[in-house]
Amino acid sequence: MRAGFLPRFEPRGQPSLALSIASPVIALLLTALLAAVLFVALGKDPWRGLSVFFIEPLSGWRPASEVLLKATPLVLCALGLSLCYRSNIWNVGAEGQFLLGAIAAGGMALWLGGPQGALGGLAAGDGPLAALAGRPLQLPLVLLAGVAGGAAWAAITALLRDRCNANEILVSLMLVYVAQQLLSYLVFGPWKDPKGFNFPQTPTFDPSTWLPPLMAGTRLHWGFVLALIAVPLFWFALFRSWRGFQLDVSGQAPAAARYAGFSARRALWTALLVSGGMAGLAGAMEVAGPLRQLTPHVSTGYGFTAIIVAFVGRLHPVGILLAGILLSMMLIGGEYAQSRLGLPGALTGVFQGSMLFMLLACDTLVRSRVRWPWARRLAP
Amino acid sequence: MNETVLLLAAAIASGTPLVLAGLGLLINEKSGVLNLGAEGMMLVAAVAGFATALGTGSEILALGAGAAAGAVAAAAFGVLVIGLNANQYAAGLALSIFGAGLSAFVGIGYVGKKLEGPAAPLAGSIGHWLGELPLVGPLLFRQHPVVWLSLALTLLVAWLLYRTRAGLVLRAVGESPESAHALGYPVRTIRFAAVVTGGALCGVAGACLSVVYAPMWVEGLVAGRGWIALALTTFATWRPGRVLVGAWLFGGVTLLQFHLQAQGVAIASQLLAMLPYLATIVVLALISRNPAWIRANMPASLGRPFHAG
Repeated sequence: MRAGFLPRFEPRGQPSLALSIASPVIALLLTALLAAVLFVALGKDPWRGLSVFFIEPLSGWRPASEVLLKATPLVLCALGLSLCYRSNIWNVGAEGQFLLGAIAAGGMALWLGGPQGALGGLAAGDGPLAALAGRPLQLPLVLLAGVAGGAAWAAITALLRDRCNANEILVSLMLVYVAQQLLSYLVFGPWKDPKGFNFPQTPTFDPSTWLPPLMAGTRLHWGFVLALIAVPLFWFALFRSWRGFQLDVSGQAPAAARYAGFSARRALWTALLVSGGMAGLAGAMEVAGPLRQLTPHVSTGYGFTAIIVAFVGRLHPVGILLAGILLSMMLIGGEYAQSRLGLPGALTGVFQGSMLFMLLACDTLVRSRVRWPWARRLAP
Repeated sequence: MNETVLLLAAAIASGTPLVLAGLGLLINEKSGVLNLGAEGMMLVAAVAGFATALGTGSEILALGAGAAAGAVAAAAFGVLVIGLNANQYAAGLALSIFGAGLSAFVGIGYVGKKLEGPAAPLAGSIGHWLGELPLVGPLLFRQHPVVWLSLALTLLVAWLLYRTRAGLVLRAVGESPESAHALGYPVRTIRFAAVVTGGALCGVAGACLSVVYAPMWVEGLVAGRGWIALALTTFATWRPGRVLVGAWLFGGVTLLQFHLQAQGVAIASQLLAMLPYLATIVVLALISRNPAWIRANMPASLGRPFHAG
């Protein structure tokens, strides 16, 4: 036994459930503490600073609706990612899949919607579905295009991992940069609004493709309801379905999964296609909902923030819903910090990153007991 | 001919940050720890280096500040992963996200600030004469000293890993931490040292980007080079010499987009900007196709935590 004052960590037989729930709360408190220290260092009132991040985004119906608006893509992306991480497939490219969903949905909306000819010869006339009275198919087609776009982007990662054994972390991440350039190419080039004063943006989509707002006067749209529906669906798929069980086993005990005859390839494809589709849906709803056009800034890093949401939410659908709202508050808080306190908006990124750091540190307590050397010496 | 040489020289210059980061990650991974936080460490170091260069005007101090920043960031990762047995993937991602946020936050004041460009490395008549030599002049002697540093480091790392006892122990820890532990080597201390060393080299790479190569600071300056450096260790099948060549190749690909643009090739700049990332994916897929090759060269315990000791 080495002498010293450093604690030792002994693995628990079973991870502690209570601590697994407490860990994100502790991480949040530690992040708030760090935030307070940072505000003091920046010469701001720490209470005011904390209130900007954690109270003001929920004070009143209008700011709260913005929180839920931004929570929607976070929750959708993180639900898909939780499936991946549970099956030990490290998809870190939700951002790229989100962007491809946005691009595909935007392309579909432009194609269906307009006589502007934004898509070259394809859009001649009034769009192929214009004849349909009431246009009930427009929005579902736009959203489906988003799902397909995101899933296709994730499928590249799945294919290269499946066929070439290429590391999915690196491939999915590289594809984020490719997707960003692709979006930028489209809005600066072929899809640019000819009447847009040379701004890098597409024309505004036809209203028939818009995602209707949930309540008048806010930007919150029906996508949030869809995210709420997805939570129990994912809960069921993860914990009450045969396929979900197979994914869980292949993540926690690959050897056991192989022995039981669960296909690792199927787990790979399922996890990546579902998470790509979810991220794509989130991207589609972002452009069909609040944005209504494509710009280079469709995403403010939702796909990366969703990774934090997935972990803070304990890879559990209900946890992800709560974590999505929390991280969304921090996003809005960053905007408030900029406008109300004159602090850089990048503060949000600092808090997000440190929150994940703290969480991973706290998670040690879930998996292991702390043994303090002096306590041991006192024991018989 | 002359233009080709200049292009090669530029490829070497643009690949040098990748050499430095790739070597750092190589040491890191040889000990069995995968640090996905390379991008974050490089970003933090890039800001630290830029701020130091702006404040002191000294490039050496700037690179040193970058190394220190990278080492501190890596130490945080090391405490999490080696001290607290956190998941290596998740902790690396956390470091990348944190580094991106922190560098954007700290760097706001430095956007748009200008550094004086790096001076000619070799002064005096001998320096001038060396620079005028055919081939080696532009390729070597007209380069920034950081290029020489990267060459020396490649040799040093290769020698350390394969010709010294310390290198043997490091590789043993990466191949079989249990055996190394049984022989009495402090596995976790060695891993921590490797992680901090790797972070310091990634830091030099980041500072090299913002101080020598760019030389400026914008948010997200590193633009995925940390991830490319991670892929580079795989391409190089964990061999220092191949890291060097691979990094120069990628430097060349990065450069190709500017070269093609300058030539007036009618391809949109955004599509050309995809090249380094697409090349990474393609090469990664091609190299990984042969699982036996990867398995034979990859440190066997890469990514696996080690509890005892």
